[in-house]
Amino acid sequence: MAGYRKPAPGTHPNHLHPPYVSSIKRAPTQPLISIPATVSEITGPIFPRNIVPRKAFDLTRQHKGEPLGERIVVSGRLLDEDGRAIRNSLVEIWQANAAGRYLHKVDQHDAPLDPNFSGVGQTFTDEEGRYRFVTIRPGAYPWRNHYNGWRPQHIHFSVFGPAFATRLVTQMYFPGDPLQEFDPIFNSVPDEKARKRLISSFDWATTTPEIAMGFRFDIVLRGREATPME
Amino acid sequence: MSEGNTPSQTVGPYFSIGFSWITRADLTRGTESGELVTIRGRVLDGEGQPVPDACLEIWQADGQGRYAQAEDSLEKMEAKRFWGFGRVPTNQQGEFSFTTLRPGPVPGPDGRLQAPHLVISVFMRGLLERLITRMYFPVESGEATDAILELVPRARRKTLIARAGGAGNNLFDWDVCLQGEQETVFFDC
Repeated sequence: MAGYRKPAPGTHPNHLHPPYVSSIKRAPTQPLISIPATVSEITGPIFPRNIVPRKAFDLTRQHKGEPLGERIVVSGRLLDEDGRAIRNSLVEIWQANAAGRYLHKVDQHDAPLDPNFSGVGQTFTDEEGRYRFVTIRPGAYPWRNHYNGWRPQHIHFSVFGPAFATRLVTQMYFPGDPLQEFDPIFNSVPDEKARKRLISSFDWATTTPEIAMGFRFDIVLRGREATPME
Repeated sequence: MSEGNTPSQTVGPYFSIGFSWITRADLTRGTESGELVTIRGRVLDGEGQPVPDACLEIWQADGQGRYAQAEDSLEKMEAKRFWGFGRVPTNQQGEFSFTTLRPGPVPGPDGRLQAPHLVISVFMRGLLERLITRMYFPVESGEATDAILELVPRARRKTLIARAGGAGNNLFDWDVCLQGEQETVFFDC
């Protein structure tokens, strides 16, 4: 049964990455057990489009007023390693507001919540694998992982792709952010080229005159192994 | 053309704002017929402390051993109540609980059937990439086994097999231990 190709070494972080302190008590200590792809791993959830409200892609239009901050368009394609579009696939995002605060009870950062911003969106990719969100550029925020630690600006992305084996949760960063260099989470990705794939690019094509700057972020999931000859 | 994979990053401490819209403890979504089972347990860290900010995603076959397929039309999916997908967070005590259909056996890689199981992704702050595991059901005639379980050292297999939570009530207990003597088996697939 054709499974999904293993990513190149260094693409994904090791589970244990001591500079990210929370990984120390939560990373498994035993090696992962490699298993062949079975029907359970090469199938995956499919979501009817109508579970996502049509306006869920626009995080600036979920409340009575407009959120504060820099309006941006974040768009790109969901692809596999062979460049094939992953169509009609669920994409979820969540993020901090412009002041660097999440609408979450555990987030006690001394920065204001924005009554007009929840920081949560969903959409589906189209027939070419494209997705598009309208949102607010998230603020950087401090965290207590290490002294004077600050998370670079980022948006969390959750994608499913065609199979249980292709599930991916990641974070999109912004070009030119000086905090990336110091961030244990960003730097947990061993391979530098792979790490740079987490950084979106400024995009004139989706920048909307007098409305919003555009950022492009393509997400590439595992490619399928060649089908064995029966 | 070959493009490099996008790396994984942690869900972080605040993922519930992004995940909760599709969280449900009842995977059957109502009226699907079949044998209902409830699975409950805890997620524990390397110090045996409960993890209050974890999330399990479940993927499973229906009672007849059929997975929802990409070939199913969207209309069919909308009409069909059982998607085979669940997303279940832990609470402040690190506990989770969900109700689902007992899955049927599905084909295995060696021509035998696989023992009925759920495949599970584990997400939390501190995990830079999801963990993949499986939950099997206990069998009365000794020990459940299939081609995947046989790849696991015998002494660790029990971490993948739920315990009957009481006679005849279809309640099962299954914990996820991230480290320690009872460390759950995690897979690379």
